[in-house]
Amino acid sequence: LPLSLSLSLSLSPSPSPSLSLSLSLSPSLSPSLSLSLSLSLSLSPPLSLSLSLFLSLSLQEIMKWNGWGYSDSRFLFNKKGQAEFTGKRYRLSGLILPSLKDWFEGTFGANLQHRSPATPSLNLSAVAPPHLNQPFVEDLKAAGLSVSHDPEDRVFRAHGHCLHEVFALREGRIGRVPDVVVWPSCHNDVEKIVELACKHNVCLIPYGGGTSVSSALECPREETRSIVSLDTSQMNRILWIDEKNLTAHVEAGIIGQDLERQLNERGYCTGHEPDSMEFSSLGGWVATRASGMKKNIYGNIEDLVVHIKMVTPRGVIEKSCLGPRMSTGPDIHHFILGSEGTLGVVTEVTLKIRPVPEYQKYGSVVFPNFQQGVACLREVARQRCAPASIRLMDNEQFQFGHALKPQVSSIFTSFLDGLKKFYITKFKGFDPHHLCVATLLFEGDRGKVLQHEKQVYDIAAKFGGLAAGEDNGQRGYMLTFVIAYLRDLGMDYYVIGESFETSVPWDRVLDLCRNVKERIVRECKERGVQFPPLSTCRVTQTYDAGACVYFYFAFNYRGLSDPVHIYEQVEHAAREEILANGGSLSHHHGVGKLRKEWMKASVSGVGLGMLKSVKEYVDPQNIFGNGNLL
Amino acid sequence: MSADALGAEADGFFDMLEERRRSSDLSYAFRSFNPLPYRGATDISASTLNRMVLESQYLSYVIQEIMLESDEPREMLLEEASALLDEMSQNLQLGFIRLLGYAMNKVFKSVFSSIHVNEDGLTRLQQAIQEYPVILLPNHRSYMDFLVLSYIMFTYDLSIPVIAAGIPLMGMKLIGEIFRRSGAFFIRRAIGSDKLYWAVLSEYVRTIVRTGYAPLEFYIEGLRSRTLKSLTPKLGMLHMVLEPFFKGEVFDISLVPISISYERVLEESLLAHELLGVPKPKETTGALLKARTVLKENYGCMHVFFGNPVSVRDLVKGKINHRQYNLVPRDLPMKPSKEMQEFVSGLAHTIIRLQERNVVLSAWNLMAVVLLQNLQGIDLDLLTQKTLWLRRLAQRFGAHLRWPENVSDSEVMSSSVSLHHSVVRCEGGRVYLVEEEGPGPVTQEEGVFKQAAAVLMCASYRNQAVHVFTRPAMVAVAMTTAASHRTDDIFHNFTFLLELFSNEFVVIPGQAVQDFEEGCSLLQESGVIGRSDEEIYVKDNGQETIIFLRAILQPFIESYQVVFRYLCEESSQTLSEKMFSTNIRSFIMKLLISGEVQSYECLSSDLHKNVLSALLRMDAVTKTKV
Repeated sequence: LPLSLSLSLSLSPSPSPSLSLSLSLSPSLSPSLSLSLSLSLSLSPPLSLSLSLFLSLSLQEIMKWNGWGYSDSRFLFNKKGQAEFTGKRYRLSGLILPSLKDWFEGTFGANLQHRSPATPSLNLSAVAPPHLNQPFVEDLKAAGLSVSHDPEDRVFRAHGHCLHEVFALREGRIGRVPDVVVWPSCHNDVEKIVELACKHNVCLIPYGGGTSVSSALECPREETRSIVSLDTSQMNRILWIDEKNLTAHVEAGIIGQDLERQLNERGYCTGHEPDSMEFSSLGGWVATRASGMKKNIYGNIEDLVVHIKMVTPRGVIEKSCLGPRMSTGPDIHHFILGSEGTLGVVTEVTLKIRPVPEYQKYGSVVFPNFQQGVACLREVARQRCAPASIRLMDNEQFQFGHALKPQVSSIFTSFLDGLKKFYITKFKGFDPHHLCVATLLFEGDRGKVLQHEKQVYDIAAKFGGLAAGEDNGQRGYMLTFVIAYLRDLGMDYYVIGESFETSVPWDRVLDLCRNVKERIVRECKERGVQFPPLSTCRVTQTYDAGACVYFYFAFNYRGLSDPVHIYEQVEHAAREEILANGGSLSHHHGVGKLRKEWMKASVSGVGLGMLKSVKEYVDPQNIFGNGNLL
Repeated sequence: MSADALGAEADGFFDMLEERRRSSDLSYAFRSFNPLPYRGATDISASTLNRMVLESQYLSYVIQEIMLESDEPREMLLEEASALLDEMSQNLQLGFIRLLGYAMNKVFKSVFSSIHVNEDGLTRLQQAIQEYPVILLPNHRSYMDFLVLSYIMFTYDLSIPVIAAGIPLMGMKLIGEIFRRSGAFFIRRAIGSDKLYWAVLSEYVRTIVRTGYAPLEFYIEGLRSRTLKSLTPKLGMLHMVLEPFFKGEVFDISLVPISISYERVLEESLLAHELLGVPKPKETTGALLKARTVLKENYGCMHVFFGNPVSVRDLVKGKINHRQYNLVPRDLPMKPSKEMQEFVSGLAHTIIRLQERNVVLSAWNLMAVVLLQNLQGIDLDLLTQKTLWLRRLAQRFGAHLRWPENVSDSEVMSSSVSLHHSVVRCEGGRVYLVEEEGPGPVTQEEGVFKQAAAVLMCASYRNQAVHVFTRPAMVAVAMTTAASHRTDDIFHNFTFLLELFSNEFVVIPGQAVQDFEEGCSLLQESGVIGRSDEEIYVKDNGQETIIFLRAILQPFIESYQVVFRYLCEESSQTLSEKMFSTNIRSFIMKLLISGEVQSYECLSSDLHKNVLSALLRMDAVTKTKV
């Protein structure tokens, strides 16, 4: 149905009103891309452009230009001062969140009277005119490739979602943006583009889902050549599925949720679910060494890939067969995984797939304090019985999660909630200012899931953990998808913040968490932040030898003249603290330009030299000049 | 704590005994005690603390090492460790703090006229205790020190500290146990290379810090200063204490320098005799009971200054690379790196300098400085005049002086003289040092000994204040001995003195330039010297000060010279340390009798020890084990 609808609409010249119409038709959590595709036709002026271009433009139509996610989904405080989440895409959509206001004002010292609204729309005159390499553009067009130098297209692809990037957009400040956007639709297109880029010496920056949080998409200030954003979004097909070997061959521009949905339709999944999966692309996962929430069952991206094809200025790099493991020298995949767009464009990937699990069950456990929770996770890892996902929130995040509870419809539920709270805090003696929550997700066949569940709850009980229901667990995971929207709400009221992550050996998890959180608080104070910051963390992944830890950090910036700079200084200090406590530079966000300064210390001078020499061989002209990593 | 309630005085001190005198000892001992604890503390018992030590990965590593070296089975080593821990560990119980509080209340009210504490220091300490693990670092001048501190902490609702004490204290019947239950833990004197002991002790200390069990108190000088002069710091304990910070196990550690000063020290005459080679009485309960007579005397007022908490994190910034711990298990025994040793040493010296800077001095300390330059006696009027002159100078030099308010100068002098009747007496308007009474006619040696005892007692009170003058005085000496007025020459001589005397006076290693600058600028600001681009010269009216300052150092210089002379003239190429200490004493005795040496301070065993250390450090002598 959606497909036919889109085709009919694509011929209609009606402008934006049809946008809302089609979206309201969309039944699923994710938008049907085919639906939005139709709308773009009416909006894009140059009718000569090929169909694929419309698709990409349409994405930017339904997504915010200066914030996270879909334009129709956002938090706001309504006239009654109650928080609500708009749109229809998420479980939380359309609901009132009665406690969010108090939490928000109480935590940040924010006030609904003190607003810091964003510039409503992109001021096109603020965008510098494109610095075009005419022969290159003409060659592209001659080759039949979709090209645009429309300012909106260019601005949309000039940033990821670092705080400073979004903050600047909200203020209407536009820095250097790509001069041209080009949309290849297949591997061969990419080969052609890279060949032309070499010929005309332009700078190529691959663009996937745009969810980078490492300044990876920022145009290097010192770049003097024409910068070309290579948008992979049109390379989004599943080329084949091999049911005998359980692999799928997929174009790298596909977005996570589309890949998963399309595989689901065939009875399969990859099981790779990074928090950004609604918007991030397969190629982006490969380029940053992404990690999925359910890696305990399916593995991280490096465990999932069987074969990678990448176009570099030197030519195409790939392996000759689909053997599951090889001893053929250093694994060339590992030059590609995490290369962050500095060596070439990943065009096609062969991935492992699995049958869709028969049964899924959420769960949650309340612990009296964070120490006990970490000890439990450690034990679960020791026994190698981690569920598909297990995450531990600290007390601040637990309270935060509580603030996002929607209005309860019946007196009975609120009575039950009260009873639960009474049981945990009064009967079991948990201190509400210390307790913390682990959320769990089990997957597999029903019998095994239930058995597994029991095993995990038994371990939890040894550490004072109390089962706290499926509902809390499910809400916990839902929150990971909406939390990014909350930052935009904060920014409407003088609150800025961001998350960052690391990985660390087990015995240092507690120390690292405490020290980093404390460092953030201390640095904020020393730098004149007027209100105590939100400084909170959670353990999001367990490994044999350690864990992945995620920090959220936000503060009220009223009274500061350069809040972003202060934010960056504090984040910098927090990263120093992480490194001093034995944490890694990054678990899955990558290095980009944001964390480059620590690369040498992280991988040693020789290590960095090795990477540099690869870069020099593969890309001597620095065509892939995004300046990340090295 | 409001200023009114505490009866705070103008400069932020209040007399804590004032309130105590108004209430009963019993109701004080049973007062409600509600300290605000460290917010990161894990609430554990003393026995849990011990168990954590025994079960620690660190101890298990060390035991593994010892097993390889000695073939002793693990069980035996664990048992040994457990026994060591039993000997060592404290068993802090509030009941015993109350008991001690009751007793101290009685004693302090009778021996001290007042105990002055700085109020803002207490407030800062209360704050610090809640934030991070706190290390209390008092100077050590009397057995009273740690009792007084715990007494203050109990009185003002601050978490009772656990205290590193010397093992002789433990040996005292009953008293040892009371101390243990009041938070003292006991450390052997000579640990040497006993690996297991080191392991148990260091893990015990680290666990206290790591868990935030209680504020930890120890004497950074290592032992009680017999001379009342600051001792150069011992570093072992500080290393243990700081390790949890370096390894990221705590976010920060607050070091609180505490400066305790007594107008009159209970042990004053014992100290002088010890310095002259009379062994100190063994610490026994019996000896303590005998010493009760000491408690019948008046010891004037006492000052306790709680310094600003020092954040180790702030100090360490950029000096230590924490990542050195990232590639090995943090429990693995590791030698501290060179940068670490330097940092800890610098920090320890800095703490002592802070103790010195904050220590409250009285008129008596300045009188002692003057008296030592007038051993033949001095007219009270002249003494008053010189003391007042010195008061101005000391204040310019930044001394923390407390002068009684609303009291005439002559009263200040006379009350000091009468308080210190054991040291000085005033006869016919003239002030003399008091020599101990003894049986009839004495030998020449006994005469010298008595005089020396009197001088050393007086010198100890000068020593309490000597840090105020050391840098300017060294500049003064350097200016006199330098070949020219050139700053370079003077600095050259200054650094020599600084190095030579660095066992005598606490100087932060590697800061000669700053020390020189400090000395010079104090003199310049006091109008004593003038400086041009390349030269330093004495101003016309500065001569008197220069001479006076030189005279402060004179006994030290003379003592060092006479030891050098002994080493050159008398001894063969090698001598044993024990022989040295007895021989040097009789050598100097002879010279004192013959009048070749003037300063009785030369007889101080502390000086002899320091000279040897200095020569050792400067590679003039070497030490071998026989």
